[in-house]
Amino acid sequence: MSKVVIKAEHISKQYRLGLVGTGTVRDDMKRWWYNLRGKEDPFLKIGEANDRSSKGESDYVWSLRDINFEINQGDSVGIIGRNGAGKSTLLKILSQVTQPTTGKIYTKGRIASLLEVGTGFHPEMTGRENIYLNGAILGMRKHEITRKFDEIVAFSGVERYIDTPVKRYSSGMYVRLAFAVAAHLESEILIVDEVLAVGDAEFQKKCLGKMNDVSKGEGRTVLFVSHSMASVKKLCNKGIVLHHGETVFNGNVESAINYYENNLIATDRNLSIEYSDSPSLPMQIKSVNLLNSKLNKLFTTEDELVFEFEFLTRENVEGAYITIDLKDSNDELVYWSGDYTSDRFKNKVIGHSKLLCKLPKGLLTSGIYNVSFAVYSPVKGVVQNEFSKIISFEIEESQHSYLSQFNINYPGRIGIPSQWIHIE
Amino acid sequence: MSQKNTTVEHWDSVIESKHSLFDINLKELWHYRDLLVLFVRRDFVTVYKQTILGPLWFFIQPLLTTITFTIIFGNVAQLSTEGAPKIIFYMAGITLWNYFSTCLTTVSGVFNANASIFGKVYFPRLIMPLTIVISNLMKFAVQFLLFVGFVGYFTFQNEIQPNSWILLTPFIIILMALISMGIGLILSSMTTKYKDLNQLIGFGVQLFMYATPVIYPSSSVPQDYQWLVELNPLVGLFDYMRYAYLGIGDFDFSNLVYPSLFSIVILALGILVFNKTQKTFMDTV
Repeated sequence: MSKVVIKAEHISKQYRLGLVGTGTVRDDMKRWWYNLRGKEDPFLKIGEANDRSSKGESDYVWSLRDINFEINQGDSVGIIGRNGAGKSTLLKILSQVTQPTTGKIYTKGRIASLLEVGTGFHPEMTGRENIYLNGAILGMRKHEITRKFDEIVAFSGVERYIDTPVKRYSSGMYVRLAFAVAAHLESEILIVDEVLAVGDAEFQKKCLGKMNDVSKGEGRTVLFVSHSMASVKKLCNKGIVLHHGETVFNGNVESAINYYENNLIATDRNLSIEYSDSPSLPMQIKSVNLLNSKLNKLFTTEDELVFEFEFLTRENVEGAYITIDLKDSNDELVYWSGDYTSDRFKNKVIGHSKLLCKLPKGLLTSGIYNVSFAVYSPVKGVVQNEFSKIISFEIEESQHSYLSQFNINYPGRIGIPSQWIHIE
Repeated sequence: MSQKNTTVEHWDSVIESKHSLFDINLKELWHYRDLLVLFVRRDFVTVYKQTILGPLWFFIQPLLTTITFTIIFGNVAQLSTEGAPKIIFYMAGITLWNYFSTCLTTVSGVFNANASIFGKVYFPRLIMPLTIVISNLMKFAVQFLLFVGFVGYFTFQNEIQPNSWILLTPFIIILMALISMGIGLILSSMTTKYKDLNQLIGFGVQLFMYATPVIYPSSSVPQDYQWLVELNPLVGLFDYMRYAYLGIGDFDFSNLVYPSLFSIVILALGILVFNKTQKTFMDTV
């Protein structure tokens, strides 16, 4: 059996919601009074699971509740979950930015956490000065940094600008330098929170490669939080799935991702949304419906995808059109469309209108997609924008396609067929 | 992090919610000493970058305040300076007071000012107040040089008589640093939760200046209020400045006993409170 380097026992974290006001003083006094008499904090008994979508009764919520796990040396563990599942809270506790409300975590070896790249970077200071400062913030001694300095600079690829203030850097250079410092930490455990969301694709690849080396080559343990299932799959061998602050799955990474996609994403397939009436908006979407003839909310690659909109124009905003943002399960934008070709747009219709948006046939391959809607004017900016309202649907490979008879899913995200022409 | 052994295995550290009040990890603080040096360097290098007058601002501010005080308190209000030249009298007070008030207000806002760093990475939080006190010490040193220059001038003019007590200056400065840091630490823990205090501290410090013999000699306080003067731990320090450098007022070692004890107690208290707050402040800030 390999060596356990992190062991979490009954980790819980409670947060107080809402405004910090007079209530805090009262609760503080009560807490203090209980504490004085040697009793348990009375507020630990209350609180509810953290479900952001429904408004709860209590001011206290449990962001994490009774989390237990063990992580072996050399494992790289992906922590997966929807927004608000408690991933960031767990990382914060592990990196000691905040402490758990109850429970203990035992660790072996030095922990370096990268909840952000470039923490403490000062724009007025040069790249060189910032390497030292950032390194020291991350817990390196000065001589360690000096020893690794050339390596860090080489990895970042900003040799030419090393004595220029970092405020002159492009954002890409900035991130590269910052990651380079963190990547050269000599720690046994590395905690990384989606820092790879920034930076260009090539550098992301380099970072993933470096992290891979760290966990596989050097036997270090990596904890990685990301929304990108692709990166988690690439980088991790274990996965922990969190849901409403509780561990719902803990095992190898493929099963974890499957569990996440099947149980947590699939249960909230949602084919219609309604927006509340906001008289202050000059134009607004009232509701969107993804039309489907089936009960199971599953589409096939052959089905036509049609969104039905109810739309209200109180007063016309110059150039405003309705937009569709269609993202895949990795949260990457696959397709975008605006209704500036519709008659509603051209005729500047006032009052209620109904629109249909038919996506091109065969546009999408199999997978899970999330769509959000907005009203936007290139002249006036955002008119309506509620990205929390999402239509979510899943597409299966059609049984009639050529590939499906061999049990192959059409690869890629876009399934529009090309014309193949035999010319000779 | 605390060093503990579980019954079965050896663990390097344990993250948990219950901490003893006296769980202050000095070893860890020592490990991060390079960070302290780098932070101080950062403060010093970056403050006046891209300003035209640069480090000259270190001089301009106390000089202008001294002139203002000389005009208002010296000439308009005609407060006593016990025979010392007005400029040097006010400069002595202001130089010392500036250091105290800047340290106190900055340290008390340390959590809010550094929330973005504290929220992302762990290092012993005590590094930050220490940085503030030391960075300001460098600034103070520059201003003190200016003061010493003026003392030299007035001595040469034979208007004041500095004495060998000036050798004790470093000790006085350390007391000042400890007291301001101690009070700042206690306040910092409260401002994270109750933001109203930030407002209070701003003008509270200003009012406190008038309660401290900065712009008047402590001997000029009426008999009825002398007990207030005796409660204020800073009085001895300001009396010292004037006695050692200007040769006015009364002073001997007994005046330093109370400030010394006060500084140790308040700093110890401050560190305890700060240490307790640092573990959870991210949830309230």
